This record gives sequence, C-alpha cells and structure tokens, in this order.
Amino acid sequence: MSLVLEDLSLVLEGRQLLRMDAVIAPGQILTVMGPSGAGKSSLIAAIAGLTPEAMKVGGRVVLEGRDLTGHPPQMRRIGVLFQDALLFPHFSVGQNLGLALPAGLSRAERRARIDEALESVGLAGRERADPTILSGGERARVALMRTLLAEPRALLLDEPFSRLDAPLRRSVREAVFHHAKARRLPVLLVTHDRADAEAAGGPVHQLGSAPDF
Amino acid sequence: MAMLRFAPPLALALLIVPIGLGFLGILASAFGLQLGDGLVSTEAFEAALALPGLQHSTMLSLWIGPAAAFLSLGLVALFFAGWLGTRFFRGLSALMAPILAIPHAAAGFGLAFLIAPSGLLLRLVSPELTGLSRPPDWLILNDPAGLSLLFGLVLKEVPFLFLVALAALPQADAPARMAVMASLGYGRVRGFFLSVFPALYGAIRLPVYAVIAFSGAVVDLALILGPNTPPTLAVRILTLVNDPDLAMRPVAAAASLLQLGITLCSLLLWRLGEGLCARIFASSAGSGRRGLGEIALRWSALAGVGLLAALSLAGIVVLLLWSIASGWRFPDAFPQALSLGVWQAQWPAIAAGLGTATMIGLLATTASSALAIAVLEAGDRAGRQPFSGFLWLFTLPILVPQVTLLAGLSLLLIGPGLDGTLASVVAIHFVFVFPYVYLTLAGYWPRFDRRNTDLALTLGRSPAAAFTLVKLPMLVLPILTAFGLGFAVSVAQYLPTQMIGAGRITTITTDAVSLASGGDRRLIGAYGFAQTLLAFLAFLPPLLLLALARTRRRGLVEGVAR
Repeated sequence: MSLVLEDLSLVLEGRQLLRMDAVIAPGQILTVMGPSGAGKSSLIAAIAGLTPEAMKVGGRVVLEGRDLTGHPPQMRRIGVLFQDALLFPHFSVGQNLGLALPAGLSRAERRARIDEALESVGLAGRERADPTILSGGERARVALMRTLLAEPRALLLDEPFSRLDAPLRRSVREAVFHHAKARRLPVLLVTHDRADAEAAGGPVHQLGSAPDF
Repeated sequence: MAMLRFAPPLALALLIVPIGLGFLGILASAFGLQLGDGLVSTEAFEAALALPGLQHSTMLSLWIGPAAAFLSLGLVALFFAGWLGTRFFRGLSALMAPILAIPHAAAGFGLAFLIAPSGLLLRLVSPELTGLSRPPDWLILNDPAGLSLLFGLVLKEVPFLFLVALAALPQADAPARMAVMASLGYGRVRGFFLSVFPALYGAIRLPVYAVIAFSGAVVDLALILGPNTPPTLAVRILTLVNDPDLAMRPVAAAASLLQLGITLCSLLLWRLGEGLCARIFASSAGSGRRGLGEIALRWSALAGVGLLAALSLAGIVVLLLWSIASGWRFPDAFPQALSLGVWQAQWPAIAAGLGTATMIGLLATTASSALAIAVLEAGDRAGRQPFSGFLWLFTLPILVPQVTLLAGLSLLLIGPGLDGTLASVVAIHFVFVFPYVYLTLAGYWPRFDRRNTDLALTLGRSPAAAFTLVKLPMLVLPILTAFGLGFAVSVAQYLPTQMIGAGRITTITTDAVSLASGGDRRLIGAYGFAQTLLAFLAFLPPLLLLALARTRRRGLVEGVAR
C-alpha cells in the first residue's frame, strides 16, 4: 500500500513551481533534493493538503488506493515532521503526545500509549516536563512520537534534521527512519544534505534549479 | 467556521454606522433641517461663532493636539534611541502598562494635587526653601494658555505611544540596524533616528494620529486641568449640549462640526509637518555628521520619561493620601491625622459606581475581543487581512473627535428614548474599546507561526480544534493583555458614559469627573483612587498568568524553542 503522486504540479501566480510523478512503497524512503526556492516545502504542503489558497495544485495524491485530492489535511492521515519540533509550549510533553492520540481510547490506554512512546525514544518518565526545557534532540524525538501516535499512513519529512548538529543529527535520523520502517510507512524526505539521502538508502528525486528572479 | 467570513464586514458596520449616524444627526441639527422642511439655515453657525472667546477656544483646540503628540512622540523616540536594550529601558517598559491603565481623570487629579500651588511638590519644600506658609497665588492649574492641560496629556500619551512603539519594534529590526549604524561610527541617538525611526514611525502612524485627534478634543482632562476662561472648544460643546435651553442644541451641533474641522486641520498640519521633517531628514542623512550632543539628549530623555512615570505613580499615592487625610494644612507634607471617614461615608456610592463601570467594561471588552479575534482569524484563513490598506477604518472611532460623534448620536437616541439605557452605553463603549483591542492584537496575529495549526491538522484535528487547542492558548498572553487594555479604556471613558448615559447611567468615572468643580480633595482622592484600582485589576490576569508560565511553561513567555 503505497503513496503515489500522479502528475502532481504546483502553480503559483501562473508560474509552475514543480511537477513530479512518484510511487513510494511501504517502508521506502524517497529523497527529494533541490536548491532553496525549488518548492520543496510547497511539495510537502501540497501532499499534506496544507497549501495556501493562492497556490494551485494539479494532479493527484493517492494513498493506499484512496484519492486524497480535495481532502482536508485532517482527513488525509499523512504525518509531517517540520524543520522545527513545534512542540506546543502551553502543553506538557505528555499533553503534546495526547493531542495526537485517536479518540475513543480509555484513560488507561491513552496513558499507556504515551508512556510507551516516551520509553521508545529514551524519555521515559518525562511526560510532565515543560517542552521548552528539553534539549534539541529530545524535542525532535518527542515530535517524532507525536506524529506517529496519530497513526499516519505515510510520513513527510520537511528537513527535520537540519537544525541539529552533526552527531545528534545522525542519531535522530536513525530513530526516525527506524520507526518509519518498523511501521512500513511510505516516507518522502525533503533535504539539501547529501548525507540524509545516503542514510535514507532509497531513490533520489532531484528538483529543478530555482528559477531566476 | 464559515461564519468567520462575516466578521470583518460586521465589525466595520458596527463601527461605522454609529459614526455615520452621529454625523448625520449633527448635520441635521446644525443646519436646522427638519422632516418635511427643506430649508437650510446657517443661524446655528452664526450663533456658535458669536460665542464670546470662541476664537481663543478654537486656537487652543487646534494646537494642543499636535503639540501633545509632538512632545510625547519626541520623548518616546529619544528614550528608545538612547536606552534601547539597557536595564533602564527594561525597567521603565515594565512600568508603562500600569501607568497606561491609570484613567485620564485620576491621572489629571493626581497631577493637580502634585503641581498645584497648594500641591504636594510645593509642600515638600515649604516653608524651608520657599519661606511660604500659605499657598502662593500662582496660576498653575487651569492656566489660560493650556500648559497644564498639555502636561497632563503628555503624561497620558507617553505610556500609550511607548507601548505601541514597543509592540512595533520587531518590525523595525532595531538591534541589527543599530549595530550597523554603530559600526559606521554613528552615535546611538543619531543612528536610531536615521535607521530605526522611519520604519518605527511608519508602523505607529495610526496611533499617533489617534493621539492628535484625542488630545485636541479631550473633555475629562480639560475639565480638570484645562483653562476656564474660556475653556477648550470640546468642553464648551459639552456645556452647550447640557444647556437646559433647547435652543442651544443646534448651536452645540454647529460647534461640534467646528470641532471636527479643527481636528481635521490639526491632522492636516501634522501631515505637512511629516513631509517637512522627511525632507530635513533626507538632506541631513548624507551630511556625514555622526551625532551631536548625544549624551545630553540621552540623559534628558531618561529624565523626562522617568519624571513622567514618577509623577503618574506619585499622583495615585497622593489621591490615596487625600482620601484618608483628616486635616492637611499647608505647608505640611503629610496629613495631621488619618481617617477612613470618607471611605465609610462614600462606600455605597463608590461601590455602585465601580459595579456599573465593571459591568459595562466587561461586556464591551468581551464583545470587542471576540470580534477582533474573529476579524483577524478571518484574515488568516483567507490568506490576507480583510480590507487590507483600509486598516484605519477599524480605528476610525478614535480618529474622529469623540464629542462630535457623541453630540450627534445623543440627539438621535433621545427621539426613540434609547439614551440613558445600559445597552446604549455598552454599545458606545464597544465602539471606542474595539480600536484599541484590535490594534493590540493586530500586531501579534500575523507573527503566529501557522505551521503550529497545520501540524495539529495533520495530527487529525479539525480546524476548530486546531484553533481552540493550539492557536488561542499560544496567543493567550497577548489576548489577556489586549483585554486588560480594553477594560482600562472602558473604565476611563467619561464622555460616552456621560452623553449617552444621559445622567441616568453613571460610573465611578463620571462620578469622579463631576467632583472636579466642587474641589473637595478628600472626595476626589477617594473616587480617583477607586477608579485607578479598578483599571489596574484588569492587568492582574495577564500578570498572574505570566508568573505561572515563567515557572511551568517557559515557551509561552520566552518564545518557542526550536
């Protein structure tokens, strides 16, 4: 059950930003590379359904055979990790994770899933912490778990490692890839770092150079 | 959520319809227009222009607005230039919100109790330094030139422009620009005026215009500090409106139109001044001078802002002292004895005034905050702010002279008997509170990182849930601050409560201002202090939340960690 981009195109004010076709199999990581201004973040927004009104999206996004065209983001079941962890500052670490859990779980079940998620990234017992006092690497791991607790069927990564320094970057990257592969999620990674692409070990799609201004 | 689209037009209608109606009411009355009678009469204007001393009143109203704005803006800009990023700057910034909350009437009374010939300042140095054993016969308060009124206005407008400029500062990218200028060898003050001020002024232009319009037509402060012989035009209009002789109504309307013209003239004068300053500025920018008298300018700005802050706060203390003084002869610096007699005797009346002011303030501010949030949120959803380029329309009520608008509206409301009702008073408070709440929030809304709500959507949450669970809580401090400011603005409203309430709806503020002519210092002290306390209360929730967030949720205060 894969993520398919069929003739996906982005047009902003009459100018075509990009156009691409791709099939991403479960557990596979497609790396999209390109200079800044090539529309990498817009590509993620288009697949997740987050494009602003001014941008026109053409073609289709198909996930597990469901055509997602026109679906609002909250119905797509596509998880996104942004460049920043974006942990909500008014919630504790545990509340940030709880926000992602599906409805209909019992209190005990919710508690158990949050504990389990924190433990799997080495943060057991931190559910009451203020997210602001976590280190950069810890925040990135909580953000990963928050995205996965929503049980997405595909994962989009918008340069999520670029703010971390080299050693940390490697370990967070490994954690993200490990969890995504364990859940057999199709993954689309946007980056301008070669090392990310090599670590992903999947196909690489090069976006065209930035248009001249 | 689709309803949000109607928020911007609804808000505009709620603000502009009263202004339009007020204007129509004034026109009809001033020109003697009656239904079924097409005759236009200019009698009212002739009568208005023939009022004794009108020319003096008019001139007073014409120059005092631009003068108050120039002094306040100049002082704030000099202080920013000299002290941005220093300990003094942070300290005085923290004081500005409570000082802004002090209602005009209380600030005016406090200042009067300090600087009057029998005031505390002279008592402190008498008789030791002055040899005075009784108050001198100096005309400090209510001076014919309006200087004490001007001083009172500056006292109130400096904290307003200070906070407005502080909120707009990120748009001017001050630290980076100041660093560049310093590396080019410019002093702080000249560097600031050349690199930061132009962007900053562009961002706070509307509030500056509001200061001009407000100051030139102010009534409560003018009743307390302004000249009596003759008073400013706005005060004379209020007297004409309250005249039992109904024949004076059209004269009041004609004078109101004159006031509108005066306000427009002051704004026009200011615009011309802007152009002139821009020219001088442009020609001096390339002169290569690196700044002259920097140190003197810096320290006088600190002294000026510090003095105003000290006078504002000392004024409140003096109000309290007078309210509990039993016997306080000149030149004693402290009352002979203290007593709670005034508070005990007046408490039922004070409590009633506080209760009405609280109810009106809560209703008007809640409505203003909800609608302002809806307008800004509608703009975010649509990808651009509604009526962009017409932002000033949302602040129109504070750009026209209050007395003109209210004189017209009160005429219209008398007909159907709507004057003197609580609903009308709440509605008119909404009209004057909304612009301040909107201006405060409009600075924060576009700075919100929309990826936060996007992320909530990708987690499967609805747009409504993303708004209530993520966006509103992340903006809770600005929202509570805007609410506090709105409430303080409502508490301070004298003229709208007085004119639309028609004497039947009275608040602690109308009670306090009506004491001005009586001159009973103990009563004034009690009412002024109670009024100030109520306005301060509004800033308690954001302060408490801030303290809580500092220990539990630091990201809300210091910005989100990456």
